[in-house]
Amino acid sequence: MVGIVGYGAYVPKYRIKSEVIAKVWGEDPDRIKKGLGINEKAIASSDEDAATLAVEAAKIALQRAGIAPKKLGALYVGSESHPYAVKPTATIVAEAIGATPDLTAADLEFACKAGTAGIQICMGMVGAGMIEYGMAIGTDTSQGRPGDALEYSTGCGAAAYIIGKDAESLAIIEDTHSFTTDTPDFWRRNKADYPSHGGRFTGPPAYFKHVKAAALGLMRKMNTKVEDYDYFVFHQPNGKFPRAVAKMLGVPPEKIADGLLTPNIGNTYSGASPIGLANVLDVAKAGDRIFVTSFGSGAGSDAFSIKVTDKIKNREKGKPVSEFIAHKEYVDYATYAKYRRKFKGM
Amino acid sequence: MKESIPLTWRKIPDRYRLIGSLCKNCNGYYFPARHVCPKCRRKGRIESYQFSGRGRVFSFTEIHAAPAGFEDQIPYVMAIVELAEGARCTGEIVDVLGKDVQIGDEVEMVFRKIQSNDPEGLIHYGFKFKKVKR
Repeated sequence: MVGIVGYGAYVPKYRIKSEVIAKVWGEDPDRIKKGLGINEKAIASSDEDAATLAVEAAKIALQRAGIAPKKLGALYVGSESHPYAVKPTATIVAEAIGATPDLTAADLEFACKAGTAGIQICMGMVGAGMIEYGMAIGTDTSQGRPGDALEYSTGCGAAAYIIGKDAESLAIIEDTHSFTTDTPDFWRRNKADYPSHGGRFTGPPAYFKHVKAAALGLMRKMNTKVEDYDYFVFHQPNGKFPRAVAKMLGVPPEKIADGLLTPNIGNTYSGASPIGLANVLDVAKAGDRIFVTSFGSGAGSDAFSIKVTDKIKNREKGKPVSEFIAHKEYVDYATYAKYRRKFKGM
Repeated sequence: MKESIPLTWRKIPDRYRLIGSLCKNCNGYYFPARHVCPKCRRKGRIESYQFSGRGRVFSFTEIHAAPAGFEDQIPYVMAIVELAEGARCTGEIVDVLGKDVQIGDEVEMVFRKIQSNDPEGLIHYGFKFKKVKR
């Protein structure tokens, strides 16, 4: 079996409140906050992008794993906001953390679940004995069309996971199961600045169907049930969907609290469920079991059953997610529009 | 202006990872990298050295009249950072204004975009610094 040898998350410093965005578009701030379950979202500075966020998360993962970067045999970066259309983010990250040149690297894209897809690829490679350690990163600086509902939710953040053998792991990945279909709930065409989505169609036939199917599929495969797990992390496109899917699956609200960060940092896309898991690993104790289900529009879900080991004490070597969430500075809409390059002609 | 791809590529190790030099003869640290130790000359034994990225603000200024390509970032703070090993280098201090910085402040390296103005050109990444919270 394989597991998580090290993990790290990074959330940029700047925040914009939902009510500030609502005011610009003439919306009722309370209705937005209640409807989407988002108070504020994290936004990257003008000199940050998916690659720089990934590097900061990767460095923390390496600190916790206590391994030399050159020991990584594979590096996958999952994102829907790769800085280049053609030129792998993974090469930039691998070079910046000192993992080059003897490794394989590639970029992944699967809307909000490219990070967990990378974890599965690394699990396969470590399990097959092809590599000793592999790193999978979910990172995004996602954009929402100005005035669209997505503008309240699209946040920025990253999380990195080093996958290795179970004996060295701070958490063992017991099993994984995926559910994938062609469901056009959200997309972005080439050269388009902003994604399009199906509004309510993103709910029942997309998010809920896939998250439930992957989660139930894994529990059926492993013969486990909700009561066997101490924590649940669901993909969190807003504050509402993960709470609703937890209710549908019979997961009590206290089991999703630590893994639900979207109300305070927004939907960090490929970083979302990985950062949620990082926040759970920051507080979990040896023996705890964690159930994670990501979701990527398009659409698919990856479910993981994770068991924390006594090596979780290695987390002390890295900065916890809570520090990044607490360290914040609010900006106004115009500054946010500048940082995220929403002005024409910039 | 057409950018020099070889020049950008050659600087990747020092810009991405703060790779400079260490003279094994006099224990002198240098950044950017040197081929010859300026103190020991031919007796010097220069080796490649990756700096820890930790350091202190030696001096700083807040930029209001930015060079071409950096105009949309003003105001920003540029500093001379004395690295923990002894060498000094110039870099931006991110996520702060001049009023937030003092000489002697502890900083650590972060990886950021330096310049990416040409929409069809390369994105230049490299080291900057951020204040270490106490």
